Amino acid sequence: MAHARPKADVVVIGLGWSGSVIAEELARAGLKVVAIERGAWRDTASDFPPSVDTDELRWATRKEILQPPKLETYTFRNNASQQALPVREWSNLTLGYNVGGAGTHWAAASWRFNPFDFQPYSKTIERYGKGQLVPGLQVQDWGITYDELEPFYDRFERIAGTSGQAGVVNGDIIPGGNPFEGSRSRGYPTPPLVPSRWNDIFTEKTTEMGYHPFPVPAGTISRAYVNALGVHMGPCTYCGYCQLFGCGNWSKSSPNACVVPALMRQPTFEVMTETEVLHINKSADGKTATGVSFIGKDGVVGEQPADIVIVAAYQLDNVRLMLLSGIGQPYDPRTKQGVIGRNYSFQTLSYAYLWFENEYLNPFINTGCLAIQIDDFNADNFDHTGLGFIGGAGIQSLSNNGLPIGMAGVLPKQAPAWGKGWKKAFQHSYQNWAMIQGQGTSYAHEAMYFDLDPTYKDNYGRPLMRMTFDYNLNDKRSGEFIRKQCEAIAHAVGGTQVESYNFANDHYTPFRANDSSHTIGGVVMGTDPKTSALNRYQQSWDVHNVFVLGASSFPNNGGFNPTVTLGALALWTAKAIREQYLHNPGPLVQA
Amino acid sequence: MNRRDALISLVQLTALSVAGSAGASVISARTPMPVGTQPEALPKPPRKGGLAYLAADEAREVAAIYDRLIPQDELGMSASQAGCVEFIDRELAGAFGQAASVYRLGPIVPGTAEQGPQFTQTPAERYRSGLGALAGYCQAHYGKPFSALDGDTQDSLLRAMENGTLHLPAINAAAFFALLLQNVREGYLADPMYGGNRDMVGWKLIGFPGARYDYRPYLDKKGMALNLEPVSLLDGAG
Ligand SMILES: Cc1cc2nc3c(=O)[nH]c(=O)nc-3n(C[C@H](O)[C@H](O)[C@H](O)COP(=O)(O)OP(=O)(O)OC[C@H]3O[C@@H](n4cnc5c(N)ncnc54)[C@H](O)[C@@H]3O)c2cc1C
Ligand code: SF4
Repeated sequence: MAHARPKADVVVIGLGWSGSVIAEELARAGLKVVAIERGAWRDTASDFPPSVDTDELRWATRKEILQPPKLETYTFRNNASQQALPVREWSNLTLGYNVGGAGTHWAAASWRFNPFDFQPYSKTIERYGKGQLVPGLQVQDWGITYDELEPFYDRFERIAGTSGQAGVVNGDIIPGGNPFEGSRSRGYPTPPLVPSRWNDIFTEKTTEMGYHPFPVPAGTISRAYVNALGVHMGPCTYCGYCQLFGCGNWSKSSPNACVVPALMRQPTFEVMTETEVLHINKSADGKTATGVSFIGKDGVVGEQPADIVIVAAYQLDNVRLMLLSGIGQPYDPRTKQGVIGRNYSFQTLSYAYLWFENEYLNPFINTGCLAIQIDDFNADNFDHTGLGFIGGAGIQSLSNNGLPIGMAGVLPKQAPAWGKGWKKAFQHSYQNWAMIQGQGTSYAHEAMYFDLDPTYKDNYGRPLMRMTFDYNLNDKRSGEFIRKQCEAIAHAVGGTQVESYNFANDHYTPFRANDSSHTIGGVVMGTDPKTSALNRYQQSWDVHNVFVLGASSFPNNGGFNPTVTLGALALWTAKAIREQYLHNPGPLVQA
Repeated sequence: MNRRDALISLVQLTALSVAGSAGASVISARTPMPVGTQPEALPKPPRKGGLAYLAADEAREVAAIYDRLIPQDELGMSASQAGCVEFIDRELAGAFGQAASVYRLGPIVPGTAEQGPQFTQTPAERYRSGLGALAGYCQAHYGKPFSALDGDTQDSLLRAMENGTLHLPAINAAAFFALLLQNVREGYLADPMYGGNRDMVGWKLIGFPGARYDYRPYLDKKGMALNLEPVSLLDGAG
């Protein structure tokens, strides 16, 4: 007989960015909140102070704080005619596995999406007509607009301490910022970071080319800050042990540095660590959830009853938990019916790698997101007539990479990979290599989806999730268009050797160096229960006391990193629960 | 709240696994928390001296291979001089060598390149079988081990492994080469406390300052050679 814990008002599955933000909101409102986190407790002083953090082998190469594939992985194939096989070793999806989730070791580029990204369907039809969409593309509006989300973006930035330069405030364009961004109600809480040498070169040349460079909003914050929850953050020291590491200075926006300290003071909150939720339990009529079943690290199974279930286990596990719990109809690519596993999208990356002749770029001075970007080719900021695709990419000069093991293979293609020649080439490349990254939009396709794998199991004998994914024609075209822009800039800035890549030209693989970790969709929000699993409040259409938070809610990906948008959506949902759902539990939108 | 209050209330007491839960650690505002870096978080340098996994002849062959991959020259010592054999020996004996992070449940089916490695063997086993296969090949073709061949022959064998033209029985030679190359770089460039990168030779090669944590004093020295002396995570580890 499973051990039952006392009933809670709210159970939160996963204590990463989404889970911690909503738990704090709801516990502060007086609700009894229990979070269940698969990973262990982690905090700055106890687990990754500077005397522990500065170890590339341990954290970046062996990935010691990440969720190992051994614990749970997924199977992968490029298309439905292949047999999916398990992703056995570390892949580009470097998942979180501790209190803080991937928010502990993320790179902290802290973006708002462009207004277009929330209404890609209606805005495309309005400007270009249906012919702009390639066959099979699943493009749909989110059911929420940028303007509706703006106050929640603002609040999230005040929790995260984001450093940046506003480009548009209350409709006015501010020099030095991103003129293409959605209008903000005010500027960033902290000023932009000091740019790197590489950032400066990029700014100068792209300005000459007529583009509009601006600092990438950063959660590696430029100065000390007391956030909206009263928590103190310290200034970033540009230590360069950032992505895949915890921050030892309390300067990286993270659940650990920004949210959990305030959350832990709430008397109505508690977290069970090293405990995995197995599935969500439903009432006899299937219309509501009664709580969750979990398993502790000692293998003992228990139950946490609750009135509200918040699923915040990261995009992949969100989809898997919905499939394992039988909430919402699974997507079937043959009939195109069903919603769980539908609308999977990713991030279409293009790059130019370039080498200068005689620079001192000092790449070890960096943060996870020290970059200057242009948005001239992002979203719908340029005319797509005749191009055959929608979307684009943010194009940035990224200084986030100076650790030697990782850099040892970053050489021009013709350079020797070993021997004396390698030593010479590495010595030169280390100070002279730079990258221009096109971080592209991604739209779902009807043939790409998630379901449960028929063969491979996790350690408890339950099916792994299966990913069927390859780039679609829209990705290939937008990726190629962006690759050319990256390449042109690489030549313009004076790269004497230039290599450029459109990742979407090849089949997708989870093992590609420098690929994104941004998996998107699968339990998306929307306006129509036939094409979305959740309504605009991230509430399940089918089981009204289940809310699903994370990038799993996005019907498509913008040409940006996803986290600030999913954080803002968590705050938006928290408000809807507090102000509407608690007074009248039931669907917040009638199907 | 200030940072100190937060710390006092937050550091996990791992022993405290309690209160009406099935084996879970429950942490709340009432949980007393000790202060300071947790013992498990501290760096764990491997023990010094002797071999932990490799046999002596295997270690000799690894040294010979590694020293072709990273040779001694005017830019610095070779991989084995820098301690890379000791480094990989400890790694193979530890979590990495035992594939502690790898999903290893079957069935094992060879897949497409995109689907990635579908190995049944751990890295430790792959070294054993890979070195064994290479030794067998060298014995059969040259009547001596790899380590006794001249440098040019060694290089051409390694190149053939690298580009997949050398077929060794029962192992994937190209994948084994990739593992060797990755590991020798790790040994040469990881913190010296792991046994390699002696005198921080790998870091000095490229001008990497090592385990420093604050570059704010150098932010305005853009485009300049900084010539920062590297530092190791553990004093004297180099
Ligand atoms: C290397 C890297 C760099 C990144 N850089 C950026 C960036 O620069 N900018 C950006 O915007 N985004 C970035 N991201 C993405 C970002 O980290 C995620 O978008 C964000 O953390 C997602 O928040 P979440 O709350 O959905 O999930 P997470 O923060 O991952 O939290 C999910 C939590 O759920 C737990 N969990 C999972 N399953 C269960 C279960 N069954 N039971 C209990 N607990 C469970 C996990 O252990 C985890 O702690 C990066 C990601 C990675 C990996
Ligand atoms: S670069 Fe800045 S934010 Fe990132 S880990 Fe270092 S100090 Fe922290």
